[in-house]
Amino acid sequence: MEKVKTIEEIEEIRTKKRAELDLRVNLKANTVEKHILVCRGTGCTSSKSPKIIENFRKIIEEKGIKNVRVIQTGCFGLCAKGPIVIIRPEDVFYAHVKPEDCEEIINTHIVEGKLVERLLCKDIDGTLVKRLDELNFYKKQQRIALKNCGIIDPEVIDEYIAFDGYKALEKVLTSMTKEQVIEEISNSGLRGRGGAGFPTGKKWSFTAMANADQKYVVCNADEGDPGAFMDRSILEGDPHSVLEAMTIAGYAIGASQGYIYVRAEYPIAVQRLRVAIKQAREYGLLGDNILGTGFKFDIDIRLGAGAFVCGEETALLESIEGRRGQPRLKPPYPANSGLFGKPTLINNVETYANVTRIIINGANWYSSIGTETSKGTKVFALGGNVNNVGLVEVPMGTTLREIVFDIGGGIPNGRKFKAAQTGGPSGGCIPEEHLDTPIDYESLSKIGSMMGSGGLIVMDETKCMVDIARFYLDFTVSESCGKCTPCRIGTKRMLEILERMCEGKAKPGDIEKLEKLANSIKKSAVCGLGQTAPNPVLSTLKYFRNEYEEHVMNGKCPAGYCKALCNLKIQPDKCKGCGLCKRNCPVNAISGEVKQPHVIDTSKCIKCGTCVDKCPFKAIVRG
Amino acid sequence: MINLTIDGKQVQVKENTTILEAARQNGIDIPTLCFLKGINMAGDCRMCIVEIEGRKGFATSCIQVAEEGMVVRTNSPEILEARKTILDLILSNHHIDCLTCVRGGNCELQQLAKKLNIREIEYEGEKLEHEIDDKSPAIVRDFNKCVLCRRCVATCKKVQNVGAIDCTSRGFTSTISTTYDCSLNDVDCTFCGQCIQSCPTGALREKEYINEVWDKINDGDSYVVVQTAPAVRVALGEEFGMKIGTNVKGKMVTALKQLGFDKVFDTNTGADFTIMEEANEFIERLTNGGVLPMITSCSPGWVRFAEKNYPELLDHLSTCKSPHQMFGAIVKSYFAKKYDIDPKKIVMVSVMPCIAKKYEASREEMEVDGLRDVDYVLTTRELARMIRQANIDFENLEDSNFDDPMGEATGAGAIFGTTGGVMEAALRTAADTLEGKDLKDIEYKEIRGEKGIKEATLNIAGKEVKIAVASSLANARKIMDKIKDGKCDYHFIEIMACPGGCVMGGGQPIKDSKTRATVDVRKLRANSLYSIDEKSVIRKSHENPALKQIYKEFFGKAGSHVAHKYLHTSYSKKEKYEI
Repeated sequence: MEKVKTIEEIEEIRTKKRAELDLRVNLKANTVEKHILVCRGTGCTSSKSPKIIENFRKIIEEKGIKNVRVIQTGCFGLCAKGPIVIIRPEDVFYAHVKPEDCEEIINTHIVEGKLVERLLCKDIDGTLVKRLDELNFYKKQQRIALKNCGIIDPEVIDEYIAFDGYKALEKVLTSMTKEQVIEEISNSGLRGRGGAGFPTGKKWSFTAMANADQKYVVCNADEGDPGAFMDRSILEGDPHSVLEAMTIAGYAIGASQGYIYVRAEYPIAVQRLRVAIKQAREYGLLGDNILGTGFKFDIDIRLGAGAFVCGEETALLESIEGRRGQPRLKPPYPANSGLFGKPTLINNVETYANVTRIIINGANWYSSIGTETSKGTKVFALGGNVNNVGLVEVPMGTTLREIVFDIGGGIPNGRKFKAAQTGGPSGGCIPEEHLDTPIDYESLSKIGSMMGSGGLIVMDETKCMVDIARFYLDFTVSESCGKCTPCRIGTKRMLEILERMCEGKAKPGDIEKLEKLANSIKKSAVCGLGQTAPNPVLSTLKYFRNEYEEHVMNGKCPAGYCKALCNLKIQPDKCKGCGLCKRNCPVNAISGEVKQPHVIDTSKCIKCGTCVDKCPFKAIVRG
Repeated sequence: MINLTIDGKQVQVKENTTILEAARQNGIDIPTLCFLKGINMAGDCRMCIVEIEGRKGFATSCIQVAEEGMVVRTNSPEILEARKTILDLILSNHHIDCLTCVRGGNCELQQLAKKLNIREIEYEGEKLEHEIDDKSPAIVRDFNKCVLCRRCVATCKKVQNVGAIDCTSRGFTSTISTTYDCSLNDVDCTFCGQCIQSCPTGALREKEYINEVWDKINDGDSYVVVQTAPAVRVALGEEFGMKIGTNVKGKMVTALKQLGFDKVFDTNTGADFTIMEEANEFIERLTNGGVLPMITSCSPGWVRFAEKNYPELLDHLSTCKSPHQMFGAIVKSYFAKKYDIDPKKIVMVSVMPCIAKKYEASREEMEVDGLRDVDYVLTTRELARMIRQANIDFENLEDSNFDDPMGEATGAGAIFGTTGGVMEAALRTAADTLEGKDLKDIEYKEIRGEKGIKEATLNIAGKEVKIAVASSLANARKIMDKIKDGKCDYHFIEIMACPGGCVMGGGQPIKDSKTRATVDVRKLRANSLYSIDEKSVIRKSHENPALKQIYKEFFGKAGSHVAHKYLHTSYSKKEKYEI
């Protein structure tokens, strides 16, 4: 690759490549070419999408088909339907594609020009969907941070450049002062997407104001909330958007070096970043004298070893410096004394992914999206008991109901919604009564949860809220760094109480004890991890206190989830004696004659629930 | 100056004063646990939390600097409750065996439980069980008593720059450990014992040899001789409630006699022998082109540090044994012969301010003709325990003198117990020898005081002699790195492992964090030693009459073949980790 020395040169690449790639975004593109896009995000990759790409290429070559290219892309978002293959320009969307389906797709779709109907996706209402954006899943989404994901090949810098890539950097370096850049970010209303929602512009401006011979720009890619994977998807699908934003940040705050701290458990993201950094350096978009402007900035990768606490910004800095990942006391804040004691700007991946769009489209455009206090969009990783598991990007202010039911397609198996958990182990459980809350930073914390990094786990009526709290505490206890007393011992004691509850061994007064300890830890722990660790408990206590009381006072789990607190029972009036349960019971605990009501021997039963799922008459209940 | 309000009281403090300091300066005490002034200020334990008006959450008073107009509350009901919960949590993972704990009565955790009026543990739960590490001859680690304050870690890392211990594992299972969780015996620990001094509980303690010594005293067959180091006499009284630095030499000797030791000798005399040999060795090296700079070798923590970290520079170390080892060798040879005692029956007990001396006494080099120089080393604290065991009313004891014939030591021997003292004592003898006269100007004030590294250039017999004095292993490392880089033009260097020298040794009475933050313990103890020196009639080692007699009768002269046999030793490379 030759160095791109001037703005004119990059513009030339852009124009040429954009024309070439028009079919990726234009249904009516005037071309005979077809691009077969295959998702190479982590989810689809683990479902053999690399093999799908290989097969497509082999078949195309064997058949001597011209004008068809197979492209790897980042995540399309609807992971529940993966591996996903999309053919453009017609934008036909095939779901659950297997490597052995490639031949049929080529023959039927490419050669004969017909749809492979069996691979088309059915929406929740049963309608057959041809195009991705016809799915309800996409209708309410607005993609800013994920704009390029699923459109470009993340390992080809020219494809990024084609879709306005490095245009924001050009604009900043040639026509904006540092102050103007910071003002633009400030005016956009962008807030940190990592969890706490600190105004990004303020962070930039504090770091810009600090005096030092050396400053750093750091990208926090240590995504650790259970179930959250938006940062990973951005790095996998559009790594240059983060590199470009970091470079812009470097210009704005006066830094010449950036670090991306990314977890080693994200091998694809790490590899894409490596490729992207290499290509950006070759083009001279990183390094000395970027685009001939004299500005100098470079980025290196630092791998995290998987500690959740290293997502806390000061623990992250400690880790980059080669020390045990544990938080520093603040103040001083990183803006004054961060990496190696130098002023440091730390933003997370999704935050950076918004920056280039803000620079190109302007602060006014960005701030027109969202609510009064929370501007722009937010990416959520939708998971749990919801039909459309995947990644969604919605304008701030979208309600939980819209996300869970319109986008997410509601709860599977005809069950009822019970709660949505946002914010991971730092967040809380939101009950049905708050489903119509427009999501933004303030409203979520008002109802006892938090935005967090955007994990959104839906839970149906079969889930026990005490057990959910136990689950999150279990996570926190293993991820606490052990530095401060409240987090190190306090969360462990909370977990022990919750375990007692779930095992039917709770003592009177345990709820009050748990609540008191939770409130104490919230105020006295050193860092965000400890301070927010009690949230799952406090929010479930707030909305589902009766479930706790049932566990403690009556030794019952109302959801029938906690094994120690419930037995499975066959209702004789509903049992038809079909024997399905008996045949499927793994421990032979069920007996009964054909066409006679069956009985479960509770001394043998391990409460696995297989019989409940197998019974066609819903005759088996927990209680 | 900064004006702020603490608990309704208007106070004025200097800039950069922490809230904790500001409160203490104004008679308000905030409890602490992990705080160790200048060493560990991490705010981990959360005991010192306070409320600052207008701020969310609690502030950490040991770190938070006082700001103009701040309104601070240290004792609101909410704060008191939160502190109680925090302590409750710590205690819930603590094996509360205070009755049998060596630190019972002198434990910061126990003090806190008393102060916060803990009556029961509210949050009972799993307690971690750790194996006790007692492999080394010097230090016992018992993590069942550890509160994860990390004062030991900070001390080992920052004060000593050794870093033998650090936190491993995470969350509830976090532990202070060593490389590959090995015994302290098998890693780069030097046994300086400063971690013990920093530990608020009994998680780190010396290996006790009290029972063994009692057995020897009581067996009716052994001839048990005890010697006490200079620094012991200026600290022992603290164990009995006396003022820091009180010189209790007379009472100590009386107590030792009452305990049943057959002879009570003064290690200061051993120090005089060390000076004789060391001054002679220095003059030899200086005049005959030996390896320079020569470095003192009486601090066994320092010697182990050198053997593990700078094996290529061991030639710089004086070959002299440390005073108590020399003294032990003399007792079992000269003294035994002169008084016709079977040396095999002599049990030599050293009472030392030091933890590493326990290790030193166990080194294989420390024996002559099959006889161990020293059999048991007790710390100042262990001696106090024995005195208490024997029901001795220490404070009201009459004074008595060390036994003859090694009774009277010099002032030079006394100042061995403080940083700079060995050098000063050696210079007194070396200067007299080189100048060939009885010099009157014998106080080398430029090498006294608290500075970690002190340097001076002296003119002795027309020769310029450059000297340096370093205390703490962090400072030792600086000097050694300089020598390694060939950037060191000193002739003679004194190094002591403990910051401040033996008066602040790992075996001395333990001072709690608040005392350490508010009182200059080193200065009080050191001044007491300098005052012993000042009041001494004889202040130069080579003028010690007992010593002169012994050289005349037994060793011949300093550096003689016999002297080498009994009073000198050798060093060898030690692997940093024995895994």
